[in-house]
Amino acid sequence: MPPWMDNRLPGIRPRQTVWRRLDGSARRAFPIAMTLLVLLVTAAPFRLPGQAELQNAAALSCVFFWSVFRPGSMPPPGVFLIGLFADLLNFAPPGVGVISLLVAHGVAVKWRRYLTRQGFLVVWLAFAGVAAGLAALQWVLISTLTFRFLPLGPALFQAALAAGLYPMLAVLLARAHRTIAEPAHA
Amino acid sequence: MIRLSVPLRQALAKLTLPVFIVASFGLMLLGKADALLAERARMVVADALAPIYAALAEPLSVVHRGIEAAGNITTLHDENARLREENDRLRRWQSVALALDAENTALKAQLRWIPAPAPSYVTARVVADAGGVYARAVLLSLGPNHSVTKGQIALDDRGLVGRVTELGGRSARVLLLTDMNSRVPVILENSRGRAILAGTNGARPRLMYWAEGTQPAEGERVVTSAEANTFPPGLPVGVVRYTASNVPEVQPLARLDRLEVVRLFDYGLKGVLPPETSVARIPERRR
Repeated sequence: MPPWMDNRLPGIRPRQTVWRRLDGSARRAFPIAMTLLVLLVTAAPFRLPGQAELQNAAALSCVFFWSVFRPGSMPPPGVFLIGLFADLLNFAPPGVGVISLLVAHGVAVKWRRYLTRQGFLVVWLAFAGVAAGLAALQWVLISTLTFRFLPLGPALFQAALAAGLYPMLAVLLARAHRTIAEPAHA
Repeated sequence: MIRLSVPLRQALAKLTLPVFIVASFGLMLLGKADALLAERARMVVADALAPIYAALAEPLSVVHRGIEAAGNITTLHDENARLREENDRLRRWQSVALALDAENTALKAQLRWIPAPAPSYVTARVVADAGGVYARAVLLSLGPNHSVTKGQIALDDRGLVGRVTELGGRSARVLLLTDMNSRVPVILENSRGRAILAGTNGARPRLMYWAEGTQPAEGERVVTSAEANTFPPGLPVGVVRYTASNVPEVQPLARLDRLEVVRLFDYGLKGVLPPETSVARIPERRR
């Protein structure tokens, strides 16, 4: 946050008009809105092989990125909403996607002091670890809920796809982070 | 806004995440305890999205066909030769089939055979994949005043696709026969042996529980059986293929990975339906 944004500090700052406030809240809402949009787009009938895994990977990447770099715009209620929407959208047992996204958010927020000071490679490795852990968690949860051992292949594929997708999404998200999603630009 | 002291606000902020994690566990239990509620919520989302995806599906399938056509150009010559050969073979089979059909009609006329009523069907567009990571299903877009019910049977132009398991106002979810929850009673066409076709989430479902002495043969055709009153007899399902580890699987005739349009047949079979539908059906009977 630049110093002129902090209301406790003395200084000259632009007047808070209605439009400015609207602009600011739109920018603050951008991460959640964009993640919901990503969910909708990845559920569209593209007939890509592994599209369901792609959807999970994209949602996880978005939630993780924003939780690390702008947790104020990705609060737990928003993560809950995203997870619930994802579960309803791909006919998963409700709650499984919610829990995994909330865990990702919790881990990201916990590590963010360390991660934001590191280079991209460290963040990527951390994300790959989180993705692998969450694929395992989802596998365990769905296996428990359906009372059977599910094949492990999709879980491994999902973790690998998430790790592979993150760098590409991170480039776009980092650009949005500095421009559209920055409330200070309002 | 209520003014709270800073330490209290910080404590509340720290509590939000655990509270939401507990809430999501509650959601999971609720989804398990009240499956109907979860299903309704899903179908509300699916109903809202089905028209959008139906509108998208048209241009996207044009793009797909374009890509496929571009790929076909390279194999055009070989494909043409193969089709010519297949056409000759099918022409021979056609004359055999016509002769058999005539003979069958004549025999049925002598036996006073009661023909099965022709089933009614509706055609619906497949608008999206509704499977997720651990299921195999598709979402169909239906008109607002459709007559589709749960348990109706979906076929494409080649064979069995699956059954309608969830139904909304303008969309329906069809569980494919490759889903790991799918169980289809089948008959091996040559030996007339009964078996169960169990989905594995893979491309080929597995044959199980065949009787002793009717070992499925490689290349044997598999059709549905009327046992359990879920499917009509004789719908084409697939062809038996053995894996390297000698497990009989069935290669489905339907092109399950590229479904665009399916027909939903109403055979009036109420054999095995999810428990919640039989409960919902009771008031209908009183009318």
